[in-house]
Amino acid sequence: MSVVDRQEWDVVVVGAGGAGLRAAIEARERGARTAVICKSLFGKAHTVMAEGGIAAAMANANEHDGWQVHFRDTLRGGKFLNQWRMAELHAQEAPERVWELETWGALFDRTADGRIAQRNFGGHEYPRLAHVGDRTGLELIRTLQQKIVSLQQEDHRETGDHESRLKVFQECTVTRILQDPPFPGGAGRVGGVFAYERESGRFFVLQAPSVVLATGGIGKSFKVTSNSWEYTGDGHALALLAGAPLLNMEFVQFHPTGMVWPPSVKGILVTESVRGDGGVLRNSEGRRFMFDYIPDVFREKYAPTEEEADRWYDDPDRNRRPPELLPRDEVARAINAEVKAGRGSPHGGVFLDVSTRMPAEVVRRRLPSMYHQFKELADVDITAEAMEVGPTCHYVMGGVAVDSDTAAARGVPGLFAAGEVAGGMHGSNRLGGNSLSDLLVFGRRAGRHAAAYAAGPSADRPAVDDVQVDAAAAEALRPFSAEAGEPAGGPPENPYTLHQELQQTMNDLVGIIRREAEMEQALERLAALRARARRAGVEGHRQFNPGWHLALDLRNMLLVSECVARAALERTESRGGHTREDHPAMDRAWRRINLLCWLADPAGDPAATDPERGRIALSRENTDPVRPDLLALFEKEELVKYLAEEELYE
Amino acid sequence: MSSYEARFQVWRGDAQGGGLADFAVEVHDGEVVLDIVHRIQATQAPDLAVRWNCKAGKCGSCSAEINGRPRLLCMTRMSVFDRTETITVTPLRAFPVVRDLVTDVGFNYTKAREIPAFVPPSGVAPGEYRMLQEDVDRSQEFRKCIECFLCQDTCHVVRDHEENKTAFAGPRFLMRVAELDMHPLDAAEEAGLDRRRTAQDEHGLGYCNITKCCTEVCPEGIRITDNALIPMKERVVDRTYDPLVWLGSKIRRRPS
Amino acid sequence: MATGTEPPDTDPRPPGGGVRSPGRAAIAARHLRTDRWWLAPAVTAAGLLAFVAYSTWRAFANADYYAAPYVSPFYSPCLAENCRTMQGGPNADLFGSWWAISPAIIILIFPLGFRLTCYYYRKAYYRSFWASPPACAVAEPHRTYTGESRLPLILQNVHRYFFYAALLVAGVLTYDTVLSFRDEHHAWGHMGLGTVVFLVNIVLIWSYTLSCHSCRHIVGGRLRHFSRHPVRYRMWQFIGRMNAHHMLLAWASLVSVALADFYVYLLASGVLDDPRFF
Repeated sequence: MSVVDRQEWDVVVVGAGGAGLRAAIEARERGARTAVICKSLFGKAHTVMAEGGIAAAMANANEHDGWQVHFRDTLRGGKFLNQWRMAELHAQEAPERVWELETWGALFDRTADGRIAQRNFGGHEYPRLAHVGDRTGLELIRTLQQKIVSLQQEDHRETGDHESRLKVFQECTVTRILQDPPFPGGAGRVGGVFAYERESGRFFVLQAPSVVLATGGIGKSFKVTSNSWEYTGDGHALALLAGAPLLNMEFVQFHPTGMVWPPSVKGILVTESVRGDGGVLRNSEGRRFMFDYIPDVFREKYAPTEEEADRWYDDPDRNRRPPELLPRDEVARAINAEVKAGRGSPHGGVFLDVSTRMPAEVVRRRLPSMYHQFKELADVDITAEAMEVGPTCHYVMGGVAVDSDTAAARGVPGLFAAGEVAGGMHGSNRLGGNSLSDLLVFGRRAGRHAAAYAAGPSADRPAVDDVQVDAAAAEALRPFSAEAGEPAGGPPENPYTLHQELQQTMNDLVGIIRREAEMEQALERLAALRARARRAGVEGHRQFNPGWHLALDLRNMLLVSECVARAALERTESRGGHTREDHPAMDRAWRRINLLCWLADPAGDPAATDPERGRIALSRENTDPVRPDLLALFEKEELVKYLAEEELYE
Repeated sequence: MSSYEARFQVWRGDAQGGGLADFAVEVHDGEVVLDIVHRIQATQAPDLAVRWNCKAGKCGSCSAEINGRPRLLCMTRMSVFDRTETITVTPLRAFPVVRDLVTDVGFNYTKAREIPAFVPPSGVAPGEYRMLQEDVDRSQEFRKCIECFLCQDTCHVVRDHEENKTAFAGPRFLMRVAELDMHPLDAAEEAGLDRRRTAQDEHGLGYCNITKCCTEVCPEGIRITDNALIPMKERVVDRTYDPLVWLGSKIRRRPS
Repeated sequence: MATGTEPPDTDPRPPGGGVRSPGRAAIAARHLRTDRWWLAPAVTAAGLLAFVAYSTWRAFANADYYAAPYVSPFYSPCLAENCRTMQGGPNADLFGSWWAISPAIIILIFPLGFRLTCYYYRKAYYRSFWASPPACAVAEPHRTYTGESRLPLILQNVHRYFFYAALLVAGVLTYDTVLSFRDEHHAWGHMGLGTVVFLVNIVLIWSYTLSCHSCRHIVGGRLRHFSRHPVRYRMWQFIGRMNAHHMLLAWASLVSVALADFYVYLLASGVLDDPRFF
């Protein structure tokens, strides 16, 4: 049956967002023939949605900034659960990665002396975010896209073919990582990927010793989300299915400010720059409620009064910052609490106001796309009235467990992960602006090490047997047969309905505030959905058939959702993007513990095993102790709030 | 929240043929056309092909034509239509259709490759770039482009004349040339590349007759014609088409 | 009017190419627009035609263009021997006695050329007269199209030269406006309704001329580093703001120049007496 087209590459990058493109550029520049596969058109990746900026301690706006300060902020934001080596590399390398973009044609907003301007953001001690208005992600993706085109132009001059060394397979979806020998049962060295072309439905195989996952996040498993349809956790699921573990999947960031009205745009992001530039949060009583929600660990860093907070915008050295700029998890929880206490806005959010804080002209200049977004989609003029905002699922801190320096996935030789799909970097909560820099720093590292691995001593290329390819093809075609004959267990299911039910389940039961009983209920519902998803059927043919695509993505969303629910049930504390109503405090003992998700029954064919049975197994491991010189960057008084006794004296 | 039933005509088919299919769909307050297309997908035609992504007007994926006008499906609110009117949704008509509302926009990616990339200035290390805000403002406006290709779709030069596609880059990519030509540190000239000459000779700037449809459809409100195309034409006049010099060279070249 | 496109089809059906090219979505209609897209080109065409008709009559009339102290902008400067003598006025007999027809023709070439090659008017007449395109996403009725990429339309690039000429003409009209602060006996320090008409006209003429895209380019647009030329940058910004209203200014100045001429005609033909203020 294997008549599937096969191509040989050195490195295959799955995903063409910031991390994927940066990885591809690096791999190609280091001599590897590189293929990029992405679900959307080239240049449409979810990275374009990033608004605020790229965090990098360039010290253009405040000379006291440096990588150590950035590192410190990152660890504080992640509540010390970060893979500290990643946070260190990230803080050190981010400025170079930003400057490099300029040499590829990026045009950031400027300071008066012509350097890159930097803006304030939640959790960052100094203005640190390189930005372009509120469309920084677009600038990033376009710059990387244009760099790729320029490399292709170079190749064209040398070889006569634009795509001889770097090719983008756009609108293609990877459904399986192929291995040698096939997982389970061996080392599972990476051999390539199995993919289909969305346009034609045609299957193909890209054989390569290195595969970089850069597929982004999982937000489409939640109902209210700022994420695009692509965020179905593909990379997370591919890694799991290849035998790699996922790390700390319980940490899901709910961005405090998403639109809440009208319903069709519920969840769309309202950038944090609104608050960074002076926007304030008020409840229905007109009170700036964030002053009531400053947690103890941040008490010294934030202004206790409105007067001091307002002075900070002009004189940040002698005043403390307003609590609107607390890390995202704190603000999201505060908004949630206000709404629950009945002090919410008419449509179930709170008010975010810039209109009384800045002249209309300034608002339009500094927040052009926010102005546009509210005007076009909600009939709200943000220069004249307050926005209504509420939490929205935004980012998953958890992800593929990777080596800090090489971005290599644990347990699967040849597999790498970078960007949102990789775990560890952000700990339990990501700071705004750290995502774009993460993409660049670790995208580059992944590309570099993937290229090195592909050129390395194991030069004998892994073999990909036909059995694996046939199995992958059969798996991908199952939704069509579900429609044709009625499989055991019930009538065909509509994939759109299943998706909506999954989103509702995750939103209601594993959302921003979590309770044990609800999460157990979620696991039951997920089991039922798994059973029904096997009967997800589609009409029509393979050519650009969104119903079919969704039916295939459901597998990934269900796997990832189960990871989130199981890990969240296990972790009996509240930390960062994981809040337990039944365990509301942060527990220092949990700081040392990473939760790993594995495929529970790797030997079984996913279709054959009982769908009611959970597919994910959890394990615990202790984190590496933080290097002493990095710990020394913090005051002792601060460390005692996070670290267990024995860690302090080690 | 009030809702009503709207009548839609959505083009369905592929390169072999197709036609407008009728749908009656529920519409709620505050919805956009993309919501309705999704509802059709979820309830009536699960295999209806449509390209979309961010649903917030930032990625430029969901370009189509609504009542004959090129627009983003996610930024067209239902409230702009009369409740009784039948709303027609078709794929972009300047590009080959793939299926239903999805077209092959490969033309644009081909053209993107034909524009020489930014040339970094030699001797300026990363981190040493110094540019003032007023010098980057112009290019920044053009970099707001989300590449929805609505301008490429509406431009009659290629929409109405397939044969011009080889010679004409289209507004989006002429704007890209302008962006680079106005970039304060682009070193193309030092590298022997004359962007103005190539704009005219290789990317077909002369085909543009400045009828401004690109500006009219731009969802980002970029003033493509006034700020990119016409300034490029003026720059070409400076360099290549100073009419007297040009006529002189034509006359002198003829005998040989 | 030369446009570089082939003559319109006599065949009323849309051409087989364009939006009906093989491979594109099979839709027979030339367009699916439901709004009144034809209104704008229709109004534009009507407006331009009205002006052309009026100005042709007035330009060839060779009469009623001077009523002291006012000279019709159509006849200024007056460059032939057959011009009326206008005391202190814009007479400059460069052409001599051989020029037998209306002297307006000599000078009107320049503002006409300026407007004909103006980026706004180009859009206006390409759309409304040549239907290229008639409106956005409405198929044009031409089989082939080369636009301004070759002769004759490549000559639109002479706009820059007409702009320089238009500056001179505007200078002369300014002079005429200054002269309108006299009475009919050429004594200074007076003003009438005509003076106001002339003032409005000259402000609009200058606004239209200076807001032109060529001017915007020459003043600053051609620079790469605004920061090194702060004065030109300020001028560029100012002209850019005016340029945003170029269409409006194009129409307003077209109407005002016709009105100024018509006002002089009314005075010269004795239909009206200029109301004097002082």
